[in-house]
Amino acid sequence: MIGDWIDIGWVNEIPVRGSRTVPVAGGEEIAVFRTADGRIFALANRCPHKGGPLSQGIVHGHSVACPLHNWQIALSTGEAQGEDKGCTPVIPVKISGGRVLLCRASTLKAAA
Amino acid sequence: MDFQRHDSVGEEAVVDQAAARILPHLVVIGNGMAGCRAVEELLARDAGRYRITIFGAEPHVNYNRIMLSPVLAGEKTFDEIVINDRAWYADNGIELVVSDPVDTIDRVGKTVTSRSGRTVSYDRLLIATGSDPFIIPVPGRDLHGVISFRDMHDVDHMLAAAEAGSRTGGGDAVVIGGGLLGLEAAHGLTLRGMKVTVLHIMPTLMERQLDEAAAWLLKTALEGRGQTILTGADTAEIFGDGKVEGVRLKDGREIPASLVVMAVGIRPSVALARDCGLEVGRGIKVDDHMVTSDPAILAVGECVEHDGMVYGLVAPLWEMCRALADGLVETPSGYRGSVISTKLKVAGLDVFSAGDFSGGDGTEDIVLRDASRGIYKRVVLKEDRVVGAVLYGDTADGGWYFDLMRKAEDVAELRDMLIFGQAYASGGGRADPKAAVAALSDDAEICGCNGVSKGKVVASIQGGACSLDAVRATCKASASCGSCTGLVETLLALTLGDEVETGPKTMCKCTSFTHDDVRREIVAQSMRSIPEAMQKLHWSTPDGCSSCRPALNYYLLCALPGEYEDDQQSRFVNERLHANIQKDGTYSVVPRMWGGLTSPKELRAIADVVEKFNAPMVKVTGGQRLDIFGIRKEDLPAVWADLNAAGMVSGHAYGKALRTVKTCVGSEWCRFGTQDSTGLGVKIEKMTWGSWMPHKFKIAVSGCPRNCAEATIKDFGVVCVDSGYELHIGGNGGIKVRVTDLLCKVETEQEAMDMCAAFIQLYREEARYLERTAPWVERVGLDHVKSRLVEDEGNRIALTRRFLHSQSFSQDDPWAGRAAGADHQLHRHMAEFQPMTAVAAE
Repeated sequence: MIGDWIDIGWVNEIPVRGSRTVPVAGGEEIAVFRTADGRIFALANRCPHKGGPLSQGIVHGHSVACPLHNWQIALSTGEAQGEDKGCTPVIPVKISGGRVLLCRASTLKAAA
Repeated sequence: MDFQRHDSVGEEAVVDQAAARILPHLVVIGNGMAGCRAVEELLARDAGRYRITIFGAEPHVNYNRIMLSPVLAGEKTFDEIVINDRAWYADNGIELVVSDPVDTIDRVGKTVTSRSGRTVSYDRLLIATGSDPFIIPVPGRDLHGVISFRDMHDVDHMLAAAEAGSRTGGGDAVVIGGGLLGLEAAHGLTLRGMKVTVLHIMPTLMERQLDEAAAWLLKTALEGRGQTILTGADTAEIFGDGKVEGVRLKDGREIPASLVVMAVGIRPSVALARDCGLEVGRGIKVDDHMVTSDPAILAVGECVEHDGMVYGLVAPLWEMCRALADGLVETPSGYRGSVISTKLKVAGLDVFSAGDFSGGDGTEDIVLRDASRGIYKRVVLKEDRVVGAVLYGDTADGGWYFDLMRKAEDVAELRDMLIFGQAYASGGGRADPKAAVAALSDDAEICGCNGVSKGKVVASIQGGACSLDAVRATCKASASCGSCTGLVETLLALTLGDEVETGPKTMCKCTSFTHDDVRREIVAQSMRSIPEAMQKLHWSTPDGCSSCRPALNYYLLCALPGEYEDDQQSRFVNERLHANIQKDGTYSVVPRMWGGLTSPKELRAIADVVEKFNAPMVKVTGGQRLDIFGIRKEDLPAVWADLNAAGMVSGHAYGKALRTVKTCVGSEWCRFGTQDSTGLGVKIEKMTWGSWMPHKFKIAVSGCPRNCAEATIKDFGVVCVDSGYELHIGGNGGIKVRVTDLLCKVETEQEAMDMCAAFIQLYREEARYLERTAPWVERVGLDHVKSRLVEDEGNRIALTRRFLHSQSFSQDDPWAGRAAGADHQLHRHMAEFQPMTAVAAE
């Protein structure tokens, strides 16, 4: 497992309907979200619109509203919803023993 | 086969020794639900194939562990939950060994040895050891009075504790764990007269089975039955002198208890299997016929892992037992894993969940909330198939949804009626016609003459067509033969609530209510939380959207200050982080400078913060405050702490809140000033700071009609004149500049202050969320505002009083709390929880 997946911490450390960020050395942050139903998602922490920090948006259902201009981004696909067009890189996540693991290759690619 | 060894242990065997000589020996470790069920299934297939011995750790015959809760609750006796009595063992020639758990398995010699030293050889061995309760490793877990909820012994302990409590007037019990098991334990103890507190670490009860809405209903109902439910409660230690005396939480709270029941979860009991070298993952690994890595050894129930899954419910166990028994009689069927459903009844509260109800990509939610009957139903569809369901209050159709789900039936035909249940969907029901219309899909045809769909009708209503005529004019529905008029009228009512003729748009797509409806109902029903409001107002989405959640949070705050439950995650980032987000993702920070005044100490503190945190810019704001730009999110707590240390508090420059009170220098310095406008500004700011509003709110006090503080483009403006104070309202210097209306003139500072408080409260109570005072005053009319404030003294006094009451809760500095308090971690990067050097470019 080590090598392919990065252990970033306990699921419980992410507030429900909230997020945490994970800094990547020499790259951009990753935003890790926890939805009301307990699912975990990870995206590059930037809105496809003007680069807003999605981690700071309001999480509802499986979407997050960008705090800068209220674009609605789907957490599972990174796609902007409705009339807006654009996509944020998604990082595969898995939960193991209560800990959140991010796909290493996707994390590095998304943060680059 | 070694017949000799069989004979050597056969003393207590009830079985016919002659038969035993020719039958292979099946030894079962575990006399619980799985072990005995497997034996039952085997006997049903071929009663004469094996000689059977069962080892049990408990002193009892096979009983229904699921029914321990009713025994605890006093609804059943132990005898009533026995599945197989002694006669069953005797009739089927099964040797039962009780109170003697198996300690070792010798796979080479094919024997098992029990704690008492009894060694038995086997031909086939079945491990059905179930699971062990998980005990959280907190100090005090070994104290007398700390138990799990797993077997009859635990029930006896709880009954004894309740009995002891009743002699002294009711004991205190703490149940750790708000899952299914914990809640059942809590219910039983409550019925036995104990005062029960449930501690649950997660934000909502039974989070694996229920979504937030259903969990809220459950919590409310349990509280109504006298239990105290603490969610987000993290146990630090159990304390007591030899015997338990209470539980201490990580936040310092202490809950007294003479009994602590730990019901936080179970883990497969695998020690025996691991010790003898069987392959073990989370559970004992088995194939589709429940055979372990040793072909002579089978395993079944909660102790196994099949295809990566472990199960803690009874239905999968039955399926496993069937596959296992088929394998034992060599008619292989195979177990393919189970789809899980949970049906729970606590104190008459029905809860059901099945499948994946987490929603997500390509799924659709159908939600029905019936507030008056306390019912919540949510069915999740994917590609016209049911993939999950959560039901609360009415679970009659749980089995039906579960069946549709397991069979993966196409429900496209049923879709519109699905949520009303099987009876209705199959045509026999008597559902509310309004609900039936609400359940129609958007592309359902409403008007056959003009080919208009429901979606088009609703869109035209939401676009402003608030009457039947308007709908006919805009989308042609009901404009020809008129046979669909009833449907259109129902849609009008559903979409607009009660205000069919004049009503404004609904609050958002999650509800058919308008802002005004929602506000009225929140006040009328004294609602206290967002889940409560969503349930009672029939919200059509599980947890709202980024538009309705902040609005609901505000309406609750305004209706019941001090009593409502604030939801931080429903606040915009600025209010959550108490700073203004800027375009590059950094923040700006504005400390409060009362009435625009400052001092050397404050200026030094600000200068120090600017230097220390390398803030690239400091700017004087339009409201006469200093704004420090470019602060990184993770530095915010330190910035607040430094500014707090100099006596400064948050300026709320970020919130839908009272921002600033702008002043001029007034009579103290200005040769034209008529009154002490600076002093009055400070007093007003001290009265109003910290108040949350429908939108941002600005005040100014000018010392004379030259109006240097620009009071006539503020939400509330005071212009001092020789004879007193002119009070202005509804000004705006924003996108659409609006000059204030003169509300009235008063003679004293106190009257000006009282009127200011009353006006703010009227705005807080009547305006829609995100409506500033300027459009609000234009919408309701100046006369309305005057009639409520100037002409109705009683009402004005009541408004002022309500404002000051609300302020008694809100005038605490959010910076101070966040910089030092428990949630300062909110602002920290995850990496600081768990230092992570791993994420480096390779």
